[in-house]
Amino acid sequence: MKELKHNEKLDIENILKDLDKYEPRRKGWTWREHVPRQQMGPFIYLDSSKPLKNGVPLPPAKYFENIDPQSMPVITTEIASGRFEDDIRRMRMAAWHGADHIMVIRTAGQSHMDGLMEGTPQGIGGVPITRKQVRAQRKALDLIEDEVGRPINYHSYVSGVAGPDIAVMFAEEGINGAHQDPQYNVLYRNVNCVRSFVDACESKKVLAYAEIAQIDGAHNANATAREAWKVMPELIVQHAINSLFSELIGIKPGNICLSTVPPTATPAPCVFMDLPYAVALRDLMDKYKMRAQMNTKYIDSSAREATVTHVLNMLISKLTSADIQSTITPDEGRNVPWHIYNIEACDTAKQTLIGLDGLMEMIELKKDGPLKENTREIKERALLFMEEILEVGGYFNAVQEGFFVDSAMYPARNGDGIARKIEGGVGVGHIYQRDEDYMAPVTAHFGYNNVTQYGGDPENPSALIGGCTFEDRSKIVYIDELDPEDNVNVRMAETKDYRDNHLLKPEMEWLADGTIMINMFLPVNKRVAEVAAVEIAAKMGLLEPEVINREVMQEAEGTRIELKGKVPFDVDLSKLIIPVEKEVLSDDEIRDDVKDFPLKIVAGTVGEDEHSVGLREIIDIKHGGIEKFGITVEYLGTSVPVEKLVDAAVELKAEVILASTIISHDNIHYKNMKRINDLAVEKGIRDKVIICAGGTQVIPEEALKTGIDQGFGRGSSGSDVASFIVEERKRRRAK
Amino acid sequence: MKREDDFEVRRMHIANLTDEELYARFWETTKKVIDPLLELGKNNTTPSIERAVLLRMGISSLDTKNIVQGCIDKGLMGKGAGHVVYKFSKAKNISIKEAGDLLAKGEGWDEAASLFKG
Repeated sequence: MKELKHNEKLDIENILKDLDKYEPRRKGWTWREHVPRQQMGPFIYLDSSKPLKNGVPLPPAKYFENIDPQSMPVITTEIASGRFEDDIRRMRMAAWHGADHIMVIRTAGQSHMDGLMEGTPQGIGGVPITRKQVRAQRKALDLIEDEVGRPINYHSYVSGVAGPDIAVMFAEEGINGAHQDPQYNVLYRNVNCVRSFVDACESKKVLAYAEIAQIDGAHNANATAREAWKVMPELIVQHAINSLFSELIGIKPGNICLSTVPPTATPAPCVFMDLPYAVALRDLMDKYKMRAQMNTKYIDSSAREATVTHVLNMLISKLTSADIQSTITPDEGRNVPWHIYNIEACDTAKQTLIGLDGLMEMIELKKDGPLKENTREIKERALLFMEEILEVGGYFNAVQEGFFVDSAMYPARNGDGIARKIEGGVGVGHIYQRDEDYMAPVTAHFGYNNVTQYGGDPENPSALIGGCTFEDRSKIVYIDELDPEDNVNVRMAETKDYRDNHLLKPEMEWLADGTIMINMFLPVNKRVAEVAAVEIAAKMGLLEPEVINREVMQEAEGTRIELKGKVPFDVDLSKLIIPVEKEVLSDDEIRDDVKDFPLKIVAGTVGEDEHSVGLREIIDIKHGGIEKFGITVEYLGTSVPVEKLVDAAVELKAEVILASTIISHDNIHYKNMKRINDLAVEKGIRDKVIICAGGTQVIPEEALKTGIDQGFGRGSSGSDVASFIVEERKRRRAK
Repeated sequence: MKREDDFEVRRMHIANLTDEELYARFWETTKKVIDPLLELGKNNTTPSIERAVLLRMGISSLDTKNIVQGCIDKGLMGKGAGHVVYKFSKAKNISIKEAGDLLAKGEGWDEAASLFKG
């Protein structure tokens, strides 16, 4: 397929074409490449990795030569809205913001499906993982990784009662990472515990063959237990069981990743509690990799609050270690994550990790005091837990007795753990002992396999059938669609008009879903605010309005509300009039003109406004402002009355009045512009002066309506202002 | 089970271990928990393991389930579903794929089962 153009949308139709012929370009996981003492712009980074070819830097990058430094940990984002075709676009956005590990969550119920799903049905709370869906996304990621210039790891889940089936499909399709942890099946999916471990042996053997990085499921104990910080000893036990189990089956330790979460969150003193746990875990699991997950247990609907928790989580990552930094979208407590929040989460991770670059070259963790004591205590509790598993007769008995996800800090017990019977759960009774002549003529099969009865080679069982799908891709059976109604083609036909750029609707998760979010403050109590907000949305014509966040400002004085709803209309792009963007003159063109026609400007911040930074940046030579072009500027300061500004222009015979108006309350900024214009008319100098005004809240089109010559909004530079003035002078001279 | 925190008593036997000794003991204990689980995996199989074998043999996911069910019905799981297809294809002198197609359609099972008798 032809490579992506950064200003063109992904062609989803094209990605879906010829999927039966798609072959993955590589297998296995890819880590980021460290660049020691990397110089970027004016800075040196100690913990950064190879930069992207294309990406979106953090917003303040414009002050730093647009650099976009990338952290060492791989950054994960989870994308699974239920429509994989729309998720592909989000994956591209996330990659541009620094994600190189894309995780796809499975649709609800897939873990209890006996066998592979096929086709492209719509999912609920995730995506049905099928060969077609996986191929389409991996194929799209091939294009996206070429575009951003960094390999992207693609990831989903190998669990449930079809774990081995899925593992085989993932190996065939070049999947790079997968969750695999039999304990997860047992505890949270109620899959029979014996079945779960027997299946896991086969799944892990396949993952090992395909060099897929494995992530465990221990963090779920944290998300499930009532008092999450008390499960720390158990978390270590769970990590250890899955990790060593995987290693003994053949996964190399460098591909065994622990999904670890700082167990608690503010208002708990979370760093004090989470740090010893993080140290204990990394001490004991020093052979394995750390996939630092963020705390979800205590996420509420405030995106700001979630973001701060996640930044604190990443402080723990930095103070200890993280090979993969997972991100949780800050809207996780509200809904299935939206596009913008995946991107926010990636940016939060990038910003935090780069902000903390080099930290550990300056500080170190104390080797005595509470850190050491608490770390040791957690390790001892974990060891005692493991010893008691043996005492009661092994893992299955421990599960049966409710050892796991008990909300007390081991060895204390609350008696509220998740207990599963050895002879219970989904898939019970489906364990079959292998006979002496048991045989499976395939690669990466775990356990007893009598191929010698047919003269086969135990090192290469699949030779008996001339190679299996792992050696010969042509043997893979590709299934396109099974359901004529519930598939991607039907969904794409419904949104066609929005895909060809003809019609536009806002969107949060699916193309043309029409969803928007509104922020408001209502000066009433929470209960009233929630009801009133929905009424306001209804009056605005929004469909399905729903309050998604409410925060009390003060019980009586008011409530902050965030609300979502759907707009019932489209915007027809073919009828939209878009003003042409002004071209800026080059520095030399401006300088030459000013040399030929000396230029004097009076400038000041008008109204009762003490802001000076914005205007100084436009003017000052040291900020690259207009003085550098040889323009003479008479700066009158802040809180300048508009009359004084106009009088100064008359007195100094200035050609330009440049006003800064930061305060926008009650539209005072536009009122002041109009006043300057009117005064210039009154004093008879309007045709002799060019009047410009700027400020962060200024919309150029609105400014023009006040009668002045040009307005400059947020992000305008000295060059923009000088360019306009010079061009305007040229126009006037030509008259 | 409910239990008060008896950590101070319970830890007596490990209290004096160095960090290195604690590390070693932790992993030795973990291995003892895991070993029997690995043994189970080596000597047993399940429907999903057998489906995963059939997939690797180039049999469609739509057919793997039927073939495994056939093996369960005929008491052949201990032989391996892949083994059944393999042996059946040899006996009939047809390809693995053709053998899989027949068995998935419910044909040839008595013959397949008889191959494993005696």
